[in-house]
Amino acid sequence: MNYLTRRLLTFPLVMLGVSILVFFAIRMIPGDAITAMLGTEAGLLTPAQRAALSEYFGIDQPILIQYWKWLLGVFQSDLGISVTHGKPVLSIILERFPLTLQLAIMAMVVALAVGLPAGVFAATRKERPSDLGVRIFAMIGQSTPNFVVGLLLIYALSAGFGILPTMGEFTPFSVDPLRNLSQMILPAVTLGFAFAASVTRISRSAMLDVLSDDYVRTARSKGVPKRRVIWRHALPNALIPVVTLSGVEFGYLLGGAVLVEQIYALPGLGRLVLEAILQRDYALVQGCVLFIAFNFLVVNLLVDLLYVALDPRIRLGEGG
Amino acid sequence: MGQHFTTKALTGLALGVALGAAAIAAPASAATLKMAWKQDATGLDPHKQTAFSSIRLLELIYEPLVRFDKDLQIVPALATSWEFAADAKQLTFKLDPNAKFQDGKPVTAADVKASFERLLDEKTAAAARANFLSIETIETPDDKTVVFKLSQPDVPLLTAMASINAAIVPAAEIAAGTIGTKALGSGPFKLDNWVPNSKETLSANKDWAGGKVAIDGIDISVLPDETAILAALRTKQVDFALINDPLVATLVPDEPNLVLNRTPVLAYHVLQLNASRKPMDNLAVRQAISCAVDRQDVLDTASVGEGKVTGPLTMPGYTSDPSSLFCYKKDIDKAKKLMADAGFADGFTATVIAANGEPATAAAEAQVIQSQLAEIGVKLDIKMMELNVYVDAWLKGDFDMAVALNGGRADPYSMYNRYWTKNGNLQKVANYIDDTLDSLMQKGREETDPAKRKEIFAEFEKHIAEMAPWVWLYTSFSYTAQQKNVSGFETTPEGSLFGLTKVTLQ
Repeated sequence: MNYLTRRLLTFPLVMLGVSILVFFAIRMIPGDAITAMLGTEAGLLTPAQRAALSEYFGIDQPILIQYWKWLLGVFQSDLGISVTHGKPVLSIILERFPLTLQLAIMAMVVALAVGLPAGVFAATRKERPSDLGVRIFAMIGQSTPNFVVGLLLIYALSAGFGILPTMGEFTPFSVDPLRNLSQMILPAVTLGFAFAASVTRISRSAMLDVLSDDYVRTARSKGVPKRRVIWRHALPNALIPVVTLSGVEFGYLLGGAVLVEQIYALPGLGRLVLEAILQRDYALVQGCVLFIAFNFLVVNLLVDLLYVALDPRIRLGEGG
Repeated sequence: MGQHFTTKALTGLALGVALGAAAIAAPASAATLKMAWKQDATGLDPHKQTAFSSIRLLELIYEPLVRFDKDLQIVPALATSWEFAADAKQLTFKLDPNAKFQDGKPVTAADVKASFERLLDEKTAAAARANFLSIETIETPDDKTVVFKLSQPDVPLLTAMASINAAIVPAAEIAAGTIGTKALGSGPFKLDNWVPNSKETLSANKDWAGGKVAIDGIDISVLPDETAILAALRTKQVDFALINDPLVATLVPDEPNLVLNRTPVLAYHVLQLNASRKPMDNLAVRQAISCAVDRQDVLDTASVGEGKVTGPLTMPGYTSDPSSLFCYKKDIDKAKKLMADAGFADGFTATVIAANGEPATAAAEAQVIQSQLAEIGVKLDIKMMELNVYVDAWLKGDFDMAVALNGGRADPYSMYNRYWTKNGNLQKVANYIDDTLDSLMQKGREETDPAKRKEIFAEFEKHIAEMAPWVWLYTSFSYTAQQKNVSGFETTPEGSLFGLTKVTLQ
């Protein structure tokens, strides 16, 4: 059996595990959909009223039966109905996902566009002041929480220049690219900022390893220009750790960036999950988490496949 | 190749930033009010929704029979007049002959009857049902007259009807089972579109019987971070916004183009003591705690002084000077003596629960109280909880002490009967009751003479402050912020946005 088949076969198992975990974990938190909707007024309900609401929210049956019903639905690609939105869970997720995907891609572009050149630059100037400068900057970037960066950006732009991206809604790129970009640039920069710092540090150290390799020295002594050695010979071999890091990060980003979405009022997947948890919209939480887990698995698989493309010496799943 | 790619990406990025900056913040169309709030509505069923954020939206779409004005006086809404029978056991309403639902059908007595029957039906599961239990039968002698026959005298019933939870909905929609999925009211605005936790689009109802609305509509954006709301106001992206956090509100007046509206509200911040647990079951201990708390200091420290120290009664017309109540001036010596008398000269340890961000000042309040009670040897452990977890513990009465922000009402009976009567629904949360409280509440419910009611509730307030089951702290403000070109907004102590019907945009 080849690697890909084996990986794909583990998918359902992992998904099943995730489904069990999320289903029971969300129900273990005190408070339910009734107290989420009514707050302290829930104390005014009579037992009959409470029963009517439990039935409405689908929490009146034994928990194992609830789980079984939900699982059967999932196999028929029916993730249930969200009680807070009054719509099928899958359709809500698919409405929110384009934003999250675009934000993740843009943040990655920002991070790689800044981080890779900075890392390579620092590696080629090892221990010189410019290297130190890049490293300090990377350290600051990595240790500043992104909500701080976001709030500072919003404050600086609105107070200093009187401008701000349109908040509270999302215009898809296909509808109005200009408006879409004006909404997404700041959040992407905010998210990409910290990640650019990680990319800088990883690519610097990977580059340093590679630059000390024999083949680099050989190439240089053969008279290949330094620039060409760095970008054509060394960089592709230094990319493996960067790809690993980026893959993991991209997988996380596809799960939504809660804080950045909160600050910029973007209706993405992260806020959807947060709101669903706060309102105890069980079907929506379960659907979102499954969807996110699935994306994570797919991204990881793609990263593995990318290794092979980057380094033909790697043969996945054939005994190392 | 690598270098080529990077350069291209960087150029693209720079271009994007430039374009983005150019396209930022298009001017608002003149007659649509752009509004922002942090917390979105959680549903559209006016009978069932109790969250503040839902009520704020539904008040614009639906109407009850009567509503409150800015002084909490009852004024007409769907009913033009009303009358209690002399024994307060019958309440008659005349409906506005011009009132129409947004589908053009007239509002009739049958709709009123159907709405209240829905509210009273346990299957509807409306928490507000508890306020309308005295309704025995509803008669409709003609299309525009409704008579409520009551099982007992119930003066506060009228004020309970001035709530969106007693909204009149079309009988046909009740029959069709579409209340909550479709918003069809008789109010000043129609809900054209709602994307939960993102935005609402409302347009003015041209046929509204209550008068002409000056703006064409309202576009509401949900901006979950209040500093971002302030930024949106600053850049004129938003004309009008609701603000919860007093710290953000106090920044508004610094902006030359913005106006802050600040209204005292009925809701009260309180330290609830659980009198069913030791040692809070001891009157002297509770009184000692009440004497050791410096209410003004809590207000100043936790809420930058934004509010007013209050006794239990927060509604205009019933409030008294709080300094006349038991131990409203911090008195550490008296507190220490009370503790010693109760056998707790060395103090004790207890846990206080509070909800994260609900209100925004909850954690700060708990911390100030913790340091104040330390002075009499009471060691408080603060347990911060997510709101829903807190509500769960609160409803079960599962706490030693709780920092809370409880809702207020225009009538003292409607506000407190749930806690301070023997059959109160939330008696197990209040965990304290005595005969005096119970009988004063019953008297207040039946008395029709306003001056006598005021006396009854003044006695209630004095007694409960002395029994100290709870330590009432302060009332705060509701805040809205607006651009200078927005005018005519009138606030109410309930924090209603109904005043938006009078707003004009220059």
